[in-house]
Formats: sequence, structure tokens, C-alpha cells
Amino acid sequence: MTTPKTLFEKVWDAHVVKQDGGAPAILYIDAHLIHEVTSPQAFNMLRERGLPVRRPDRTFATMDHAIPTRPEPPEKWPDAARTQIETLRRNCQEFGVTLWDIEGPVQGIVHVVGPEMGVTQPGSTIVCGDSHTSTHGAFGALAFGIGTSEVGHVLATQTLLQHKPKTFAIHVEGELGPGVTAKDIILAIIARNGVAGGRGYVFEYRGSAIEKLDMAGRMTICNMSIEGGARAGMIAPDETTFAWLKGRPYAPSGKAWEEAVAYWRTLPTDEGAVFDREMTLNADELAPMVTYGINPGQGVAITGRVPHLSDFDDPAQRRDLAAALEYMGLKEGQPMEGQPIDIVFIGSCTNSRIEDLRMAASVVKGRRVADGVQALVVPGSKAVKAQAEAEGLDRIFTEAGFEWRNAGCSMCLAMNDDKAGPGKYVASTSNRNFRGRQGPGSRTFLMSPLMAAAAALHGRLADVRTML
Amino acid sequence: MNPFTILNATAAPLRAENVDTDQIIPARFLTAVTKTGMGQGLFAAWRYLPDGSPNPDFALNRPEYAGAQILLSGKNFGSGSSREHAVWALTDFGFRAVIAPSFADIFHNNALKNGLLPVTLPEDVVSMLMDLVDEDPATRIRIDLPAQTVTLPDGQQLIFDIDPYRKLCLIQGLDDLGYLLANLDAIQAYEAAWGK
Ligand code: SF4
Repeated sequence: MTTPKTLFEKVWDAHVVKQDGGAPAILYIDAHLIHEVTSPQAFNMLRERGLPVRRPDRTFATMDHAIPTRPEPPEKWPDAARTQIETLRRNCQEFGVTLWDIEGPVQGIVHVVGPEMGVTQPGSTIVCGDSHTSTHGAFGALAFGIGTSEVGHVLATQTLLQHKPKTFAIHVEGELGPGVTAKDIILAIIARNGVAGGRGYVFEYRGSAIEKLDMAGRMTICNMSIEGGARAGMIAPDETTFAWLKGRPYAPSGKAWEEAVAYWRTLPTDEGAVFDREMTLNADELAPMVTYGINPGQGVAITGRVPHLSDFDDPAQRRDLAAALEYMGLKEGQPMEGQPIDIVFIGSCTNSRIEDLRMAASVVKGRRVADGVQALVVPGSKAVKAQAEAEGLDRIFTEAGFEWRNAGCSMCLAMNDDKAGPGKYVASTSNRNFRGRQGPGSRTFLMSPLMAAAAALHGRLADVRTML
Repeated sequence: MNPFTILNATAAPLRAENVDTDQIIPARFLTAVTKTGMGQGLFAAWRYLPDGSPNPDFALNRPEYAGAQILLSGKNFGSGSSREHAVWALTDFGFRAVIAPSFADIFHNNALKNGLLPVTLPEDVVSMLMDLVDEDPATRIRIDLPAQTVTLPDGQQLIFDIDPYRKLCLIQGLDDLGYLLANLDAIQAYEAAWGK
């Protein structure tokens, strides 16, 4: 009898090209995703060494981070964004890499477009010069972010040197209540386990609450694995996964599809397989979550309060809280509900899929954005945008007073002109509340699309459950 | 990559935990298509006042820490994004090593690939080092990578852990690409065996 294996171990073992004594494993990469910000220096490295891209057929590029999302022609864009776009075009052309260009029909946030195109497949290894590559683990892929040096290594060899991480099972059992979503699950996990709790591990999210999630929800959870300190998070592929993937441009078809599905069915963790660590979360007890601080682990239920310094024994945690209170301008023990906000951002690779926009629109429908609040919806891809427009979601948003934008990262990282001003409070569906993340001096509250919609309508943090 | 063997240098203290990559270098400095000059954006939000002038209270702006090649920081240094720009900013500014109780994975990886040595030491030890350089900014700390030791002026010696492969690469100034390219046959054989 063979030893029972976890999902992670099966995928890992199938991709080890070679493992020499003390050196890390040479890991084969099935799909390499690229964007304009972290790739130029890697292409330069190829040029310096006279190397080609080894497998352009496994390399896919798009534009998302730096591009403006206002509907305006590229001639009007800032020079820096134009230079990065032009550089990416030149690199893709010179090295024969598929580019989902902003001028073409397919484009968007790399972690939205990859799955949409069917490049993201169960059992595969996927990397990208972006930490939220963990998103693709929702399909049972081993997917993680890499630095630009490693982007160069993958371009040149289609492999990476990697030490084998450990495994961490996160069981989420039970049933989510109305108004509680995948975003709340992951924010609760990180609040419980800390932003470094997953360091050195790959998370596997399991249990009845995870199995019930649609693919968008699963992507939201895996997306923020990195915020929990893990480089990757995975969810076993199942019928939901297969149904979502079938017929996508790069998904196998015909007989190859049948064979692929037969293989994918062998991937889930075997009975009796052992994880290095485990934790359990009860979905029934979850409430909508919001962060109050400057890292994603500083989160509480919307019905909760900002902690007191005296709640923590650890001096480092107290320092962390003190820094958060000062930067965020919040008081110890202050209730989260009712905290005023200035801006609402619905978007990012965490929550910009059609399902996310439908959720937000269901709350917004027939209501108005509060006076003085700027609210924007930035779809994750051109396909999401088109689908939303076909369903009339854009009108629901614009009639309520939201801005309706083109696809991109936008105010998730504020590389383009979508910046929250100094001191402004942002209710955001993105993944990072770091100081200045959404513009210098900006102050972020992370939450689900439902909660962001509620905040937009009230101009304050509000419990969306009272509006359903 | 610049080889790293022994560094005998002064250190600057950054008393903060979870220093994320958006603090190390904010996104607006990521517009370059080359690696040079990133030091300008290093800790921009802390180093500069809103009017663009240097913040006199920030450790790296204080004259007594000018020329420090070692950065001391709290736990989970480098959390957040995969931007290697964070490492390039630190090395461009002049740092050769960061000593902290722990590092975020991707940052740790990126640092090793650029000859920036991440040294993990227990929290109380790092905090003792910070006290030391607070009191006397001229304190020189000696990091010996081959011996895996950090030595203080009073002769006290601390041992740190590092992956043997990464240590070898740093000492010899080798990057992974050479090793991977030397294994192209194995990569081809894998592709053939797995139909890739
Ligand atoms: S949406 Fe935000 S987190 Fe996602 S890839 Fe873009 S910048 Fe990164």
C-alpha cells in the first residue's frame, strides 16, 4: 500500500524534475503568468545572457498593475505606465510570448484572466511575479508568487529551485449565515492565525463550508493565503471546479478533457494523509469581518470593537496595535460599526469577479451612495466587465452614484491615478491594508463586497445583514 | 550577484514589526523598467515629510546612522508583495544585511538572490542589538557568513542558521540560473516523460 498523500504532496511530487542532496528541488512550472511591473528586469536578464524564453507556449502576459482604469485613451496615460506597457509589448513580441493586451478582447488582473482563460488547471504548477498568485490554488493547483530574479529563471528554464514547504490544513466546517461570505472566512482565519502564521506552509482549505463555495469564493480565500504568511493555498478540485473550467479557451477538450478530469479526480488529499499543522474554524459562528489596523491580521467582526492595548501580553503585538491606532486615527475599544468612511473601492484580484459584483449590486440596487462618498467599481477583467454590463449591473452601480471603470488593479495598490488622499478612509474589497497602500497616507478597512456596498450607502461601516 | 562573506559594519535600528514591502518601497516607485536607483524610494513614507523634505526623526535620516550596512528590524520583515524592488531599494541604499526575528518568505528568497543577507536571530537578541546601536550608533557588528556568526564589539558571539545551499551561493556569488541551465537535460527528460 502506498502512503496516503495530501493534495499538495501529489502536485509537488509530480513536478520535481530533480532533487540533489542538499540543494532545493528543481520544480517544473506548467504555467507562467507575467505582468508589466515585475517582468522588465527579467527580460533584460535574458537579453544580457543571450537566452530565449524556453517555453513561450507556457508563458502568458497581461497588463493590470500600472494601467489607468478611467475610460481614456492611452495617449493620455502617464509616461511611466506607457513605458511599462510598451516595454511589455516589445518583450512579448521579441520573445514570442502570448500577450493579453489592453487593446485586445482579453485583458485584466492577471489572477482573474488566468483562470478565465482556462490556463489555471487542477494539479498544475503556476507562478507569477506577484504574491497573489496563490489565488490559482482554488483549482487545486500549486500556485505561488515569485520575485523578478525567479521570473527570469522560469523564463529561461521553465523551472525554479524550491525547498518543499510544509502542509497546514485549515478546516472550515458548517454553514455561512446570510451576508457572510468567503472574504469573511479568510479575514477570520488571518485574524486568528496572524499574518506570519502560515510562514513555510502551504494551506489546504477543506471542510463542508469550503466545498459549498463557488469558484469565485474559493479564489477569494486562496488569494489571501499570502496575507496569512503562506505562499500558497489550495482547495481540492471537485465537480464545481470541473464545471467552471469546461470549455474555457486553454482547458483541454474532447478526449483530453475526459483524461484530464480522470487525473484531477485523483488529486484530493487521501484519507489518512498527515498535515504538519491543522486548525478548525466554525462557519456558523462567523459574522462579516472588517479590519481596523495596518495589516490584514488586525480584523474583527463588524459587531466588534477595536481592541485595547491591554488585551495583548506580547509587547510586539502591543506595538503593532499602537502603530495601527495612530496611523488609522482610531481609539481603543471603539465600535467598528458607524466608523465614517470617505471612499469605497470594489475591485482587486480578491473580489472583482462577476459573482462579487453581483453580490455588491444586490445590496446597491435601488439605493444611493451616501453624500460625500466617492465609490468605484473596477471589474477584474474585460470579460467580467462585459458580463456585468450584459446583466445591467453597471447601471445599478452608476445609478446609485458609483463610478464604473475599466479592468485593472487600480486603487488596490494605487500605482495609477486612483489614489485615496492622505487620511482618507477607504472601505475596500482588496487584500492589503498596509500603510499608504491605497495612496500615501490612505487608511484602509478590508471587507467583503457586500460590506463595501453597505459602507458606500451609509457612508459608514455598517452591518450588511441589516440590509438584506 | 555580489558575493557575501564577512561584513563588519554599523547598523541602523527600525523598531517595527511586520514591515511590509509597501513600506520598504511604495508602489509609485515601481514604474522603472531597470533595477537601478531604487534606493530613492526606500521607506519613502517614513523617510520624507509630506512636503518631500527628509524626516529628521526617521532613523535612516539621522547622521549617526549614515553608512550603516546592516538594518535591524522587528519580526516578519518584508511581508506583502513579491516586488524584488524592495530588495533592490535596500541594496541600492547601501544595506548588505538585515537582522530580524523572522522574514516573510518571498522577501527572504529575493534577498538571497541579490546578495542581501537575511539573518534570523531571536527576538530578545535583536532587541538587545537595537538597544546597543541606540546607545552607541558607532557600534560595529561583524557578520561572518562562512562561520554563521554575528559578533558584537564585546566579543559576544551569536550563531545563526542558513540553508547550506543558499550559503554556498552567497559565498561564491552564484545565482540559481547557472545551476538550472546546467540541468537542461534533466528538464528535457522530465518534459518528455510527462508529455509536457
Ligand atoms: S489587484 Fe492588487 S493584489 Fe491583485 S494583482 Fe493587482 S495589485 Fe496585486
